[in-house]
Amino acid sequence: MVTHSINKEAIYAYLEEIKDPEVPVLSIIDLGIVRDVKMNGEEIEVIITPTYSGCPAMDMIAATIKIELATLGFKNVKVTQVLSPVWTTDWMSEEGKRKLKEYGIAPPNPKQQVCDQKLFAEAEAVPCPHCNSYNTHRISEFGSTACKALYQCDDCKEPFDYFKCH
Amino acid sequence: MKNFLIDYTLHLADSSLILSQRNSEWCGHGPVLEQDIAITNISLDLIGQSRNFYQYGATLIGDGATEDSLAYLRKEREFKNCLLVEQLNVDWAQTILRQFFFSQYQYLLYQQLQHSKDETLAAIAAKALNEVVYHVRWSSEWVIRLGDGTEESHQRMLKAIDELWRYTGELFEAVSYELKAASEGIGVDVSKLKEPWMNKVKEVFDEATLPLPEKTFMQTGGKEGKHTEQLGYILADLQYMQRTYPGCEW
Repeated sequence: MVTHSINKEAIYAYLEEIKDPEVPVLSIIDLGIVRDVKMNGEEIEVIITPTYSGCPAMDMIAATIKIELATLGFKNVKVTQVLSPVWTTDWMSEEGKRKLKEYGIAPPNPKQQVCDQKLFAEAEAVPCPHCNSYNTHRISEFGSTACKALYQCDDCKEPFDYFKCH
Repeated sequence: MKNFLIDYTLHLADSSLILSQRNSEWCGHGPVLEQDIAITNISLDLIGQSRNFYQYGATLIGDGATEDSLAYLRKEREFKNCLLVEQLNVDWAQTILRQFFFSQYQYLLYQQLQHSKDETLAAIAAKALNEVVYHVRWSSEWVIRLGDGTEESHQRMLKAIDELWRYTGELFEAVSYELKAASEGIGVDVSKLKEPWMNKVKEVFDEATLPLPEKTFMQTGGKEGKHTEQLGYILADLQYMQRTYPGCEW
């Protein structure tokens, strides 16, 4: 039986260990999807928000939170999903962006660059996560998961994922 | 219980689900890999929206209803999606045009719905809006590419317009639960979306060298459960597993 005192910071530290199943270098804290942790008496409530409406990882993340906290002795855990305020790539931590790049996924650019409705707009200048060249081009706005676009570097020729702006 | 709110929520859910199911038929059959991925990504966004609406609908209905029972166990006449989304894929031109008509409509709809007095509907709409921006841009670019493309692609777009235009009127013709929801400040007055939608369609059609159709007969009824023959086939596909093996999970 765990006897250490339960406080929010401790729970956050445990949540830091839980990874996004689709981008396993990012913790759910890095990703910015943990909105709050509440102590309701004996119960621990973890409030999370999805990155995308159809993100298939959400159910798995919720289950993982319960399992991980249960193995640490916290049996009374509730995971609540909220939609508001809307998650955007601005919620991702700087640490998260650094880890993404190291993993080979170009991190999201600051928001002001995109998300407008202009047609056939020039693709965002996204630096290659492998060789840092800006000489890249977009292959498709839709990539391997809902959160990514597909790019290719014209210098080192490597294709790469870009965590696209939302 | 507020019946109009249940009907309105299910209407929003059904339109997203059915278009998602239609688009997903392209999975593995897209004209090129990147566009196959694009159309199925859009499917996934639409499934996500519909799940959020169904989950909310299930809490409103209570009595053991779940997102799954609403999607898999209701009958054709209980579905309240607009007719446009149930129409056949046919070819890339018709698939693109259907997406374009619907995404332009959904963009305007969610822009309003995010200010709904109903907090859950407002949150779902605000969340989905960022995704719909991508759908609008992608489908608009394809309408232009095909309309102003080759003789063949232009002809196919004309044929698609001829086939689908008659289902666009329904989007802006409110049925009883929409009127009630709008009057309560919960839903959107869809009649007000018609003009901005037309302007947007005209702008893209002009660039695509496609003619805007003359005023014509509009087929309606989907939002009240009166569907074209296409819906039954989709539901047969969608609901097969749950009908054959009730309660099965995987």
